[in-house]
Amino acid sequence: MESVDRIEKLLEKYLEATTTVAEENELREYFTKSDVAPHLQHYSVMFNYFSIAKEERSTREIPVKPGRKPYYLAWASIAAVAVLAFGIYFGSEEPSSPYDKLFAQGYTEEEIESAQMAIMLFTNNFKKGVEGASYLEEFEKNTNRFILNN
Amino acid sequence: MQQREFLNTVMPFKDKLFRLAKRLLVSTEEAEDATQEVLMKLWNNKDKIGQYNNVEAFAVTMTKNYCLDRLKSKQAGNLKLVHSNYTDESVSLQGSIEVRDSLGWISKIISKLPEQQRMVLQLRDIEQYEFNEIEEMLSMKATAVRVTLSRARKAVREELTKTHSYGISR
Repeated sequence: MESVDRIEKLLEKYLEATTTVAEENELREYFTKSDVAPHLQHYSVMFNYFSIAKEERSTREIPVKPGRKPYYLAWASIAAVAVLAFGIYFGSEEPSSPYDKLFAQGYTEEEIESAQMAIMLFTNNFKKGVEGASYLEEFEKNTNRFILNN
Repeated sequence: MQQREFLNTVMPFKDKLFRLAKRLLVSTEEAEDATQEVLMKLWNNKDKIGQYNNVEAFAVTMTKNYCLDRLKSKQAGNLKLVHSNYTDESVSLQGSIEVRDSLGWISKIISKLPEQQRMVLQLRDIEQYEFNEIEEMLSMKATAVRVTLSRARKAVREELTKTHSYGISR
């Protein structure tokens, strides 16, 4: 273990900025130990800070792609807007009757008609079901009244 | 110079640039921006890199100039730097709250030093560059580097003994 005497001399040199890197490492090493002389305690925070501060890392990637990123992004967004605008424009123009689509998929007229019939039957029955359900609602109202009156 | 070659050159000192930038600009975000900007400039001039005898020192100088410019334009634009994030993320790795507090306190003390002193202290006491390297990076004379460093170290010591005797940091 270095004598406190030596450390004090090194500290003096340190403050005058005449220590070498090796001597400064010696100081660092001394102050990372737990048995620092009481009257030198306050230096240990400083030397510990130096070691810890050296560990901080940048978290960003190194930009090696040619061209500046902001311009790149600006152009990309302009292109995206243009594509979107074209899409909406042409998308709205396309004649899209459901019959045409079904014919295109190779269904005959009879097939489409029978499908329509089936859907109509289904919706009618579904309507009936819904009407029936409205009675249920009425029933619930009355039961609620009972419960609340209790 | 190819991408990989460039990365191999730049990788070893990228974090040093970042830490110097952070020492000057305080904000982590701005320090990241500064680092990125400097590396991008280097990449755009990659064909000339071979001409510099010390790329690292050159990059440090670029970082210094960039950060000082940022600070200047900030003052001119009346956008005062808000020193809100003194606490280092790296410091929070330390378990003890007591240690973290006193370490945060040191970075606060350093951030109050004049820019020149902060840079010299950063390059010497944290990055441990040799004096002749620091002279080259900051284009300062040997004596000027020593005087500035001595002042910075004494100023930190001064603040530390003050708080130590008041018993704030411990």
